[in-house]
Amino acid sequence: MNRAIVRRITPSIRTWRSTLKTFCSDTSEKLHGSHGDKAVTVKSSSLDSTDNVPQYDVAIVGGGMVGMALACSLASMPLTKHLNVAIIDSNPALLARDSIKKEDAPDPRVSTVTPATISFFKGMGAWQYVQLHRHAFFDRMQVWDYTGLAYTRYSARDVGKAVLGCVVENKVLQRSLLSCMEDSDVKKKIYPSRLNSMTLHKSSLISGTDSISSKPSGSLAKLNLSNGDCLYAKLVVGADGSKSHVRNLAGISTTGWKYPQNAIICTVEHTEDSRCAWQRFLRTGPIALLPMGDNYSNIVWTMDPQQAADRRSMNETDFLKAVNDALDDGHGPHPQSERMGGGGILAWLRSDETSSASEPFEVPPRITKLASDRMVFPLSLMHANNYVSKRVVLIGDAAHTVHPLAGQGVNLGFGDANSLSKVIAEGVAVGSDIGEMTLLKRYESERKAANIAMMAILDGFQKAYSIDFGPLNVLRAAAFHGVNYISPLKKNIISYASGEQRLPIFT
Amino acid sequence: MSPFRDPYSAKPFEGLKFVDVGCGGGILSEPLARMGATVTGIDAVEKNINIAQLHADLDPGTSSIEYLCTTAEKLVEEQRKFDAVLALEVIEHVAEPAEFCKSLSALTVSGGANVISTINRSMRAYATAIVVAEYLLHWLPKGTHEWSSFLTPEELVLILQRASISVQEMAGFVYNPLTGKWSLSDDISVNFIAYGTKNTE
Repeated sequence: MNRAIVRRITPSIRTWRSTLKTFCSDTSEKLHGSHGDKAVTVKSSSLDSTDNVPQYDVAIVGGGMVGMALACSLASMPLTKHLNVAIIDSNPALLARDSIKKEDAPDPRVSTVTPATISFFKGMGAWQYVQLHRHAFFDRMQVWDYTGLAYTRYSARDVGKAVLGCVVENKVLQRSLLSCMEDSDVKKKIYPSRLNSMTLHKSSLISGTDSISSKPSGSLAKLNLSNGDCLYAKLVVGADGSKSHVRNLAGISTTGWKYPQNAIICTVEHTEDSRCAWQRFLRTGPIALLPMGDNYSNIVWTMDPQQAADRRSMNETDFLKAVNDALDDGHGPHPQSERMGGGGILAWLRSDETSSASEPFEVPPRITKLASDRMVFPLSLMHANNYVSKRVVLIGDAAHTVHPLAGQGVNLGFGDANSLSKVIAEGVAVGSDIGEMTLLKRYESERKAANIAMMAILDGFQKAYSIDFGPLNVLRAAAFHGVNYISPLKKNIISYASGEQRLPIFT
Repeated sequence: MSPFRDPYSAKPFEGLKFVDVGCGGGILSEPLARMGATVTGIDAVEKNINIAQLHADLDPGTSSIEYLCTTAEKLVEEQRKFDAVLALEVIEHVAEPAEFCKSLSALTVSGGANVISTINRSMRAYATAIVVAEYLLHWLPKGTHEWSSFLTPEELVLILQRASISVQEMAGFVYNPLTGKWSLSDDISVNFIAYGTKNTE
């Protein structure tokens, strides 16, 4: 018999005692462009309002990729599509409705979306919009390092899939989600403004006070925006990036550290196309070449801040030479595709060999032209100690940031959006108040475990590759060999990185 | 033939009148109201009704709940009728369960639903609901429940039958101490819930 889960019934009477809590931001604080701050046009429709302040079920602060994905996901599910959603974001780029021109070179800000994210988008009906713009699938990946001792090749065929991932510009993802939402009939309003402060009213029932307790919006969160607008919401979602204002206002602390590295990103052109992604770990940090189609690729090159500043300011020819050197020659010999001789211990594993284990080392394509500006970003690891607080929940970079070395960052964020929208739907199905902590805690427990596991692994990689030490180099080379030839391990890694597996080992 | 109601919609109880007997602070009334029902919550203790009213006023989705400090018997005298009558964790506290069931039945329209939940009068229930819950874990104040006033499922079915309600389904609630979660199960030896329909005349 299939039974649903029921909440504990307490015959005892709960006293709804509470205090008034106010969170004010410094109005003089100039919060500069975290990626979440983008603006969107306002459609003015009057929704439920008491004393003329509009009320929403969900207020999403931050209209970036992850915030939009949450909105789109809520719009696509029958249980949640009747919810009133407000999106608060002041970035002018979103306001501009000009279409993305196909002839333009790709924007250097791209993301690699995993197959799990692609399924998420397809489920919401948003992937069809992504397909209208440039997007590049890749089905192979090669990873090696500067010592030239070993390499690993991954192929989607190893796990019986067609692709390992897809490289898409961030603005394409964002625009697709916005279009998908607009085509649905969900009740939403976009506020092109910034969040200034937030108040969580809880009236004092015992002392039976004042006017607050009799207002229908008494316990909702009140948001004050920088343009003077005001709104109430049952649930405030912080999707406003790593410097999340919502997180600060809710008083949620974080743990983390800065990496002694910055990343340079840019778009380049090369001689031939390939459906292969490349990553080489150099002494100072990895360089990744991600295919974007039409002979374009995206470069993400991590190095220490001084070098990053130099490489950004050097002229184009020198920069291209540096990139080509980093990808090939200048830093050590090519790894040989030597097979471990004659069976031995690993013969029993080899019976199930992956096709990519037999592929030889391939030299990445030569870069011929720089096709965009070079942008530099500092890198850090950050994890919010709590994802939820009364009526507040964090998703995406507001809750966690990771090193870009495995292209997982935004995929974790999409995973958060997916999980939160499902939890909200479960809440609506049984008539819960969607801002209730017990409901939100379900989201937190699901995502914290998965996010922390991924972050720990990525941080481990970052540290393992930042040391140039003979015996450690050999160990890493052995690891490369091991992963390349031990197929169950390789398949596990591919499944995990594709998002098909939630935790690295015990799924 | 009653119209089909979509169990997966956000407001499956739209247009139905429910009464939550012994509503306490409104813990059941509020979700039902959010799911579209027109809810009346009654409780014999005035303090409960006051708290329930104040809390329900905080959310526009629940501010329409009608809270009354009264008993099921008095509501019968007012000749109120409801599509569904719910009495969760109440019957073990009333003096005359058979009379109580007759009142619940009188409040239900013909063919309407009745949901009653209570604790089984079994040894396991004594051990868990009284000894553990009241004396060891202090989940409930001591003396909340009297083992002798618990009803067995058979007894409940019988008194409901005498009140013209046919029990259609029964299930139990079990608590998993490892996960801290309650779930619905077939084990009716401690907490159980019964769903019945009022016989059509």
